[in-house]
Amino acid sequence: MSLNVEHHEPRVLPSEKPIRLLDNAGHALRGRETGGFELPPVERLLDLYRRMVIARRFDVQVTALTKQGRLATYPSAFGQEACEIGVVSAITADDWLFPTYRDSIALLTRGLEPGEILQSFRGDWHNGWDQHAHRTAAMATPLATQALHAVGLAHAARLRNDPIVTLTYLGDGATSEGDSHEAFNFAAVWQTPTVFLVQNNQFAISTPIARQTHATTLADKAVGYGMPGYHVDGNDVAAMFAVATAAVDRARSGGGPTLIEGLTYRIESHTNSDDPTRYRAARDVEHWKRRDPIERLEKYLVSEGALTDDIRADITEAGEALAGRTRDAMSETPELDPLELFDHVYATPRPALAEQRAALEAELAAHAGQAREEVAAR
Amino acid sequence: MSTPVTEPATDAAASAPQPLTMAGALNAALRDAMAEDDRVVVYGEDVGPLGGVFRVTDGLQAAFGEDRVWDSPLAEAGIVGTAVGMAMYGLRPVVEMQFDAFSYPAFEQIVSHVAKMRNRTKGRVSLPMVIRIPCAGAIGGVEHHSDSSEAYWAATPGLTVVMPSNPADAYSMLREAIDSDDPVVFMEPKSRYWSKAELTLPVRTAPMNRAQVVREGSDVTLIGYGPTVRTALDAAAAAEAEGLSIEVVDLRSISPFDDETVGASLRKTTRAAVIHEAAQFGGYGAEVAARLTERNFFHLAAPILRITGYDIPYPSPKLEEHYLPTPDRVLDALASWEWDLA
Repeated sequence: MSLNVEHHEPRVLPSEKPIRLLDNAGHALRGRETGGFELPPVERLLDLYRRMVIARRFDVQVTALTKQGRLATYPSAFGQEACEIGVVSAITADDWLFPTYRDSIALLTRGLEPGEILQSFRGDWHNGWDQHAHRTAAMATPLATQALHAVGLAHAARLRNDPIVTLTYLGDGATSEGDSHEAFNFAAVWQTPTVFLVQNNQFAISTPIARQTHATTLADKAVGYGMPGYHVDGNDVAAMFAVATAAVDRARSGGGPTLIEGLTYRIESHTNSDDPTRYRAARDVEHWKRRDPIERLEKYLVSEGALTDDIRADITEAGEALAGRTRDAMSETPELDPLELFDHVYATPRPALAEQRAALEAELAAHAGQAREEVAAR
Repeated sequence: MSTPVTEPATDAAASAPQPLTMAGALNAALRDAMAEDDRVVVYGEDVGPLGGVFRVTDGLQAAFGEDRVWDSPLAEAGIVGTAVGMAMYGLRPVVEMQFDAFSYPAFEQIVSHVAKMRNRTKGRVSLPMVIRIPCAGAIGGVEHHSDSSEAYWAATPGLTVVMPSNPADAYSMLREAIDSDDPVVFMEPKSRYWSKAELTLPVRTAPMNRAQVVREGSDVTLIGYGPTVRTALDAAAAAEAEGLSIEVVDLRSISPFDDETVGASLRKTTRAAVIHEAAQFGGYGAEVAARLTERNFFHLAAPILRITGYDIPYPSPKLEEHYLPTPDRVLDALASWEWDLA
C-alpha cells in the first residue's frame, strides 16, 4: 500500500473531512473520502474485528473490577478500539510502542498479560512488565513526555541501522503540551522512523477540544513540522489500519515520521473518579455510541458473509476466557515486600539508602512482634 | 586546551604531563570515552562545529562524525527526552544544557523520567546518561546565566549529582559518570572552566561519589563544592596567617552525600561551615548542616554555619561581587563563633 501523493506532500494541509474507508452503515467507500487508501483485505479486517471485540470485553471487565474496588483507577478506552487496535496492529513485534495510561487494550494486542498491564492500576508497582521483552514502554502519565522517548529510541535505532519503527500514542489534550511540539520537531528534523497517533477523543478530562486548539484539525499541525499529517475517522478501523500501515512502511523505508489524528470519542468517563455529567450532554454520548467502531466493521463483515456463527462463537469464547483471566489476576493479592522500595532506585548502592532500608526493616520487625503480642494477649 | 585535539584518544600524550584547563580536561574525557565506547554519543545546542559555547565539545564532531556528535534543535526537554529513548535503546548519551537556567525546560523529563525509570522498571531499564550542566556564577553573565540549581536535582531521588572543582576531577569524574549505569547530572562550575593543572591523561582521582579532604587542618572544616572549593582554600590560606588551621573538604558529590568523609573531618575539628553560591533558604547547605548535626551533635563545639548567596535572584553582573561568598565573608562568618568563649 503506498501513500497518496496528495498527502505525501508535506506542504498540503490534511483533508478537513476525515479519511474514511467504511461508512457508519458498514459500506465500503470509494473516491475522495478514502484519501487514496485501499480497504484492507477481509481476512485482515476479520482479525482486527476479533482483536477489538476481545479488547472491549477486557475493557468492560476492568471497569467493572475497578467499580468493585479491585483497582485504584482505570482509564477506559471504550469506543476508541479502532484507534487503539487499528494502529498498534500496523507494527511488528520488533517495533516499539510508547503508550499512555489510556492504552491498556493496545498493550493487550501487543501480547501483554492482564496482570502485567494492570499492576500499576492495582497499585502494586508503577510498571508491571518487562519493557524490552515486549518492546513496549511503561505507560506515560505526564502527557506527551513519552513521545520524546519514542523519537530518541527511533533515532538511536537508525544510528545503528536497525530497521525498527517507534509508535507513540497521544491524546488531544497532550498536543497542547510543549513536549508534543518538541517531539514532532525533533522527529521531523532527525527524520526518525516514528509514527505519532493522536487519539482525538474530544475531551481532556472535562476540557473540550475547542479549548485545546484553534487549528481546524490536529493533523494540520504536521504541516508546520514538515511531515505528513492525516486526519482520519478514528472509529473506522479499516482506515486507521490502512493509514497507520502506510505510515509505518514509510518510516521503515527511511521516509521519516508521520502524524495521524484519529477522530473518535471517549464514551466512558476519564477514570472512575470522574463525573462527565458535569461537562457533556448525554445526547452527545448517545450520538457517538451510534458510531460504534465495532458495530461498523461488523456490518461490513456480515455483508461480506465473513462473520460466521462459528467465528462469532470463537471470539466470544476467547473474550470470556480473557475476562476470566483478568478477574483471576485481579483477585490475587500478591505479597508486596516494602523493603523492595529501596532496591531499584540506583544501580550503584548508597550507604544512606541502606540505612533507611534497615530502619524500615526494624520497624516492620517491631510491628510484627507487637502484632504477635496482641494476638497472645487475646 | 586552546587548540583542538585531532587524535581521537589521548594515549599518545599519556606519558607526558600537559597543562589542561577544566574545559580541556572535560573535552579530553569526552574524547577518550567516545574512542573507547561507540555507544557514547554527544549532542545538544551548538556542540557540533562550534564546540559548545564553552568549547567543551571542541573538535569532537570532526573526530567522530555527525552520527556521534551533533547539534540538536534548541529545546532542552527535547534533548533530555530523546536521550531517555536513546539510553533505553542501549546508547550512552551525553547531553549538554547550555547554561544552568536553560536546564529548567528539561525539569519534567529529568525529574519524572530520568530519575524514576530504573525504580519504575524494578531495575530492568537503567538510563546510563549524563546531563552536563554548566553552572554557577562569577563570570559576568547576564540574567539566567549564573544559577546554581544543584538543590533541585539533589532533592530528586534517582539522580546522581556531582560537581568537580578542578581539571583532574573533571576528567576523572566525567569518565566515571559516562561509565555509570545510573543517570548523572554533571555540573560544571563555569568560573573554573579556565582553571589550569598539569595532568597526565588518563588521570583517575577518587571515586566520584566520595568527598576529598583537599587541605588538612585542625580547627575548622570548610565544606565546599565546585566554585566554592577555591573560596574555601583562599580563606584557609588567609586564616593560616592568623593562626587558624582550616581543613577544606571538596564534596565533589552532591548526591549521594559522603557522610563518612565529611563526618570524620567534622569530628576531628568540631566546627564546620558549608559554602555555596546558591541562595540559603532551602539550599543544599541546609541538608549538609542538618545531616552532619544529626549524626555528630555531641562532637560539635558550635552550630554549623551556612555561608551562601542571599535569598534573592542571582544579581546582574555589576552587583554579583556583593552576592558571592568571598574568603573575607567566610572568615567573618567563622569569627561569629566567638572563639574565645569556645
